Amino acid sequence: MSRKLPATDVAIIGLGWTGAILAEQLTRAGLDVIAIERGPWRNTSTDFPTTYVQDELRYAIRNDLFQQASQGTLTFRNNSRQSALPIRQFGSFLPGNGVGGAGVHWNGHTWRFLPTDFVLKSHLESRYGKGFIPSDLSVQDWGITFDELEPYYDKFDKLCGISGKAGHLKGQIQAGGNPFEGSRSSEYPTPPMRQTYGPTLFAQAAASLGYHPFPLPSANISQAYTNPLGVRLGPCTYCGFCERFGCGNYSKASPQTTVLPVLIRRPNFTAQTNSEVLKINLSRDGKRATGVTYVDSSGEIWEQPAELVLICGFAYNCVHMMLVSGIGKPYDPVTGKGVVGRNYTYQTSSGSTLFFDDKLFNPFIGSGALGMTMDDFNGDNFDHAKVGFVGGASITTSITGGRPIGHRPVPPGTPRWGAAWKSATRDNYQGVLGIGSQGSSYPVRDAYLDLDPTYKDPHGRPLLRMTFDFNANDAKMAAYVAAKTAEIGRSLKPKQIVTSPPLGPYSIVPYQSTHNTGGAIMGADPSTSAVNRYLQSWDVSNVFVMGAAVFPQNAGYNPTGTVGALAYWTAEAIINRYLRDPGPLVHA
Amino acid sequence: MSKDSNPGSRSRRRVLGAGAALAALSTAVRAETVTGKLPWSPGANSAPHPLDTSVWHFFTPEEVTAVEALVERLIPTDPKTPGGKDAGCANFIDGQLAGPFGSSEGMYMEGPFEKGTPQQGSQAEARPAQIYRAGLKALDAYTRAHFAGKTYAALSAADQDAVLTGLEHTTIALEGVDGKRFFELLLQNTIEGFFADPLYGGNRNMVGWKMVGFPGAHYDNREYVDMHNRKLDIPFVSILSKL
Repeated sequence: MSRKLPATDVAIIGLGWTGAILAEQLTRAGLDVIAIERGPWRNTSTDFPTTYVQDELRYAIRNDLFQQASQGTLTFRNNSRQSALPIRQFGSFLPGNGVGGAGVHWNGHTWRFLPTDFVLKSHLESRYGKGFIPSDLSVQDWGITFDELEPYYDKFDKLCGISGKAGHLKGQIQAGGNPFEGSRSSEYPTPPMRQTYGPTLFAQAAASLGYHPFPLPSANISQAYTNPLGVRLGPCTYCGFCERFGCGNYSKASPQTTVLPVLIRRPNFTAQTNSEVLKINLSRDGKRATGVTYVDSSGEIWEQPAELVLICGFAYNCVHMMLVSGIGKPYDPVTGKGVVGRNYTYQTSSGSTLFFDDKLFNPFIGSGALGMTMDDFNGDNFDHAKVGFVGGASITTSITGGRPIGHRPVPPGTPRWGAAWKSATRDNYQGVLGIGSQGSSYPVRDAYLDLDPTYKDPHGRPLLRMTFDFNANDAKMAAYVAAKTAEIGRSLKPKQIVTSPPLGPYSIVPYQSTHNTGGAIMGADPSTSAVNRYLQSWDVSNVFVMGAAVFPQNAGYNPTGTVGALAYWTAEAIINRYLRDPGPLVHA
Repeated sequence: MSKDSNPGSRSRRRVLGAGAALAALSTAVRAETVTGKLPWSPGANSAPHPLDTSVWHFFTPEEVTAVEALVERLIPTDPKTPGGKDAGCANFIDGQLAGPFGSSEGMYMEGPFEKGTPQQGSQAEARPAQIYRAGLKALDAYTRAHFAGKTYAALSAADQDAVLTGLEHTTIALEGVDGKRFFELLLQNTIEGFFADPLYGGNRNMVGWKMVGFPGAHYDNREYVDMHNRKLDIPFVSILSKL
């Protein structure tokens, strides 16, 4: 039996980036907000101290800050003909845990998606004609445009103090930035990071071939910065213990370094930690959420009534919460009907590794988002008429730290142990440069999320089941972009160049990306989207869903910039529209 | 107090005072209600504890002999750098197996356990500590049976390598144990032990880091950012050396 708590205005499920932003905006508007977080509170000073945070084994290999599979995992299979089995240890992606969520351990690549990404289907049809998009791809428009979202991207950039160089400012193309980006209303809050040798060399090679390299937009910021909330960040020290770690220098934008110090002092905000929401409670007719039920670490179950429920967990966890709560129609891959779980997408990567005899890259000088990148082959920035696929990728050289358990590049054919392994490991550590790509992931019918029929989480709920493989379109895209990375690499005349092989079946074992997207997608039509353009559930109008679960398909970028912008967009819609007239903000 | 283990007693709209928040020096998870102030208290963090390498925590004396021989073949001593044995890789693995890694703490270990595809990851029910215990026992039985009663450590270097190669490529089967799984775990842990902070008992004197040129647990590299393509003489530092 659960014990009932006093009612609140807003219950937030998960206190990461989106939960912190929504809580800040809504408490400022005078609402009472309670955020319920599965993991512990985390502070910079006590949890990421500079005296011992540089511990690769603890944080980057044993994954101290991440969700452990024992707390709750997913089952996985490549296609619906297979039986799904539990991910017993996270590998391919590493979800966060605790206050700050994935905003603690992220790299800090802070992107805006391309204007064409938001209107993907209509743009491709208007440029190339109806019937051009491969028929197996269920790509969609987002129901929102870049220009509508731009002011909110700007807010998130300023919250974080993002370092970069504008390439398209107030309609004017700017030297040194990304000429393909949508027009920005203001320059980046802080200048780009200084670049080490590897990214510098990559940028020279790309420029010599006529491409347009620019500094990676970074949340590891280049200089001290005070954000609009009055919270101060320090300059990045290029320590190389960044992604998978919390930042001890207050230099990586995170909920801890940008929002929480202000939020926690507001009398109308409360965080309930080490407490997991089991489900969202619905009214008898299923059209209204009445609050949430959560379990605390002692096993005690509480009912928290609330007028508004915001699902702010990690992407696929939001889909799980909707499914176990009965919000929205579950997707059925056989009929193609239903929406919750539909259009699960990921990230499609390829690249080249360059081996040199005569160069010292000092890869230990790095940060999560230190690098140079180019957008010439991203999205629809290049002509797709004859390439045989849609989509694209950003091409990047970034140097994250050269931590040697994880970073031990050796040429193919090197034995995995013994004297030859040892000398190759010694000889190549300093002389290897990677040119990577991060590409779009477009949805197909047999890539989706639903509830597993067999395996349960510690609370007895069905695990989420992920059915996913790389599709033919995305594999062609990855091969095309890999050839471009090889072209750039060859111009640097390395001793050897190794380009990634064609994409094989997707495996959950090696780390690839924690950019899991889709499953509760936004859109203009309730028959093909789970939430409307304000991220409001079509079915239960006092439930909003935050995060990358709402992406109809994934673009060739890291998701956090868009996730942050959408959080501000929704906050404004709640304050200016929903509170004045609670109910559906879009009538289907 | 800024925490309260009983959310039912929290009064809304009340700014609660300061106080201890995180369960001090404990990994015990406790629900808490945080409001009014950042929950910080001195000493509430979880500082690392160096492994005591003067004793063995998991391995028996016979196992130590075998593991030291194994790690020395995986990472052999050469004129420039010590090998796995002198680097303390056996101590590292010993400490890991005695801790949460050895018991698969944090892994999802609910059944049913089915054999899956390689893409679905390990579905093994055995935990690392069990795999080592059974693997070392089966390896001992194998070498005694095939090499005139000798233990693995007593074999020539060439025979030791041949056994490892056989496990790696599954041309040697161990009795009652997945030899490939044992080999992969051993290789993974040996490399971890060679390059992890010396805190954990391996990478003794930072030999792994010195081998590749990784300067270790620094936290400010700003002065080196613009020094492109140069050999940098940054002193090697570990967390252990700072404690």
